[in-house]
Amino acid sequence: MLELKQIYKTFNPGTINEKRALNGVSLTLDDGDFVTVIGGNGAGKSTLLNAMAGTFPVDGGTISIDGIDVTRLPEHKRAKYIGRVFQDPMMGTAATMQIEENLALAARRGQRRGLKAGITAKERKEYQELLKILDLGLEDRLTAKVGLLSGGQRQALTLLMASLVKPKLLLLDEHTAALDPKTAAKVLDATEKIVQRDRLTTLMITHNMRDAIAHGNRLIMMYEGRVAVDVSGEEKKNLTVEQLLSLFSKASGSDEADDKLLLG
Amino acid sequence: MDFLLSFLNSLPGAFGQGLAWGIMAVGVYITYRILDVADLTVDGSLATGGAVCALGITMGLNPWLSLVLAILAGMLSGLVTGLFHTLCGIPAILSGILTQLALYSVNLRIMAIGSGASTKATLAVSVDKQDLLLSSRYIREMSLRNPLLLLVVLTAVVIAVLYWFFGTELGCSLRATGANPNMARAQGINTNTAKVLGLVVSNGLVALSGGLLAQYQGSATVDMGRGAIVIGLAAVIIGEVLLGKVFINFALKLLAAIIGAIIYYVVITLVLRLGLESTDLKLLTAVVVAIFLTIPYWKGKYFSRSLTRGGTGNA
Repeated sequence: MLELKQIYKTFNPGTINEKRALNGVSLTLDDGDFVTVIGGNGAGKSTLLNAMAGTFPVDGGTISIDGIDVTRLPEHKRAKYIGRVFQDPMMGTAATMQIEENLALAARRGQRRGLKAGITAKERKEYQELLKILDLGLEDRLTAKVGLLSGGQRQALTLLMASLVKPKLLLLDEHTAALDPKTAAKVLDATEKIVQRDRLTTLMITHNMRDAIAHGNRLIMMYEGRVAVDVSGEEKKNLTVEQLLSLFSKASGSDEADDKLLLG
Repeated sequence: MDFLLSFLNSLPGAFGQGLAWGIMAVGVYITYRILDVADLTVDGSLATGGAVCALGITMGLNPWLSLVLAILAGMLSGLVTGLFHTLCGIPAILSGILTQLALYSVNLRIMAIGSGASTKATLAVSVDKQDLLLSSRYIREMSLRNPLLLLVVLTAVVIAVLYWFFGTELGCSLRATGANPNMARAQGINTNTAKVLGLVVSNGLVALSGGLLAQYQGSATVDMGRGAIVIGLAAVIIGEVLLGKVFINFALKLLAAIIGAIIYYVVITLVLRLGLESTDLKLLTAVVVAIFLTIPYWKGKYFSRSLTRGGTGNA
């Protein structure tokens, strides 16, 4: 279970570029929740995910995962509980290392790294099997450098790495935004497969409203650093894009934001 | 003919220098290539290694023990730079410069220990008076005391140990930190610890090189490390440019840096024979490194378009 209480974050405080990115966000996720997150540019979606991941310290509030307060834990320690896929396909993998080496690094997430072998023969076999789930032909290229892979392949690999050690929380930050539509659909399929298989508690930011409606059991919309709309259950299942837009207008008190939301 | 003979005659010396500096080049490879940090500590830690080793030997310690102490002193210097960078948030280059500067004073003090003076810029060791592991005096001898033999063995041991280390979980976390710190942290790697560890290992090797050099040339001097970082970079880059295409394996990449150092000293020997003053070498080295760093950049900037056109796309 993930619990955020009254999270505040302001970037560049006291300067002309001051930006209040999170304005007292509270959010509770149950185990197995698959939440899609939408919102316009600057609504605080990515900031929210990065706050959970520990990329920066928050100004106020508490974050707890499974009852453990992680608010003060540095990024690498929170990684024990959190799997992540970034928007930029270059961010999630080490380009100069082999596919199997990247996987082996991910397999040791949350463990002490000592002087044991960085990868074993047994692992190589396992990874070969695991890569088949992606259906990208990577299972035959275990020793290829990740830098040789396409953006879509790298995102799919990052997804596999994020779920290799079952995370208590999976954070997907517009992980298909940088891909062409066909590849994006494939990566999204793999995401759905992996999330279902391991029943992962997941937060997925997307700028595609249809994806946001089609995936997950709950949808939240952010506006000015807060959760403006929160829909789940049957209501979420029957949601349409039009309804979503009107919900948003009501929450933000204006119609103008519609375009911004759609385009963002 | 005379020229050729005298050049050939000085080749063993170039190999000796190249091998001793090659171990330093491997240290530079660890920071510059694996960790992606240009660590300027080495100019100081090389001399520290030389000073500690020479001091140990003049005080009558076993030369192997002196060498180990030199390595430890180098590791300590790396630790200081690493803490400046990670704990104090000072940019990596500046951290190295600070440690290097501080080591200048420290090295003068180290060499003065036990001599009555408060500082000392040179500390001589002699193969006649002391028990040395290697000396340039026997460089052309066909015997077991030829320094090339020990240097080759030590180089092989260093490469073997590093090959093993960078294959371990800990070694992999260092490589990941250098390759992509964001990814490393997301996979639970403490990138600060990894950087400090890399700097410690690197400067340990640099000090080992300094300890060997002090014995090889018969003295440790306070400025023996001046420009060491550039020589190390030259060796790494020459090795990569000449052998990068064929040496794919990690152990071979380290070997390429050693070979790069040897080539560097062969070329230096050659230009010295051609009449250049030894004081001109720093200029020459700087120019060579600048050129070799420019080539890949220009290649990428002006010639890459023709290669990527009609590529595989981004699917």
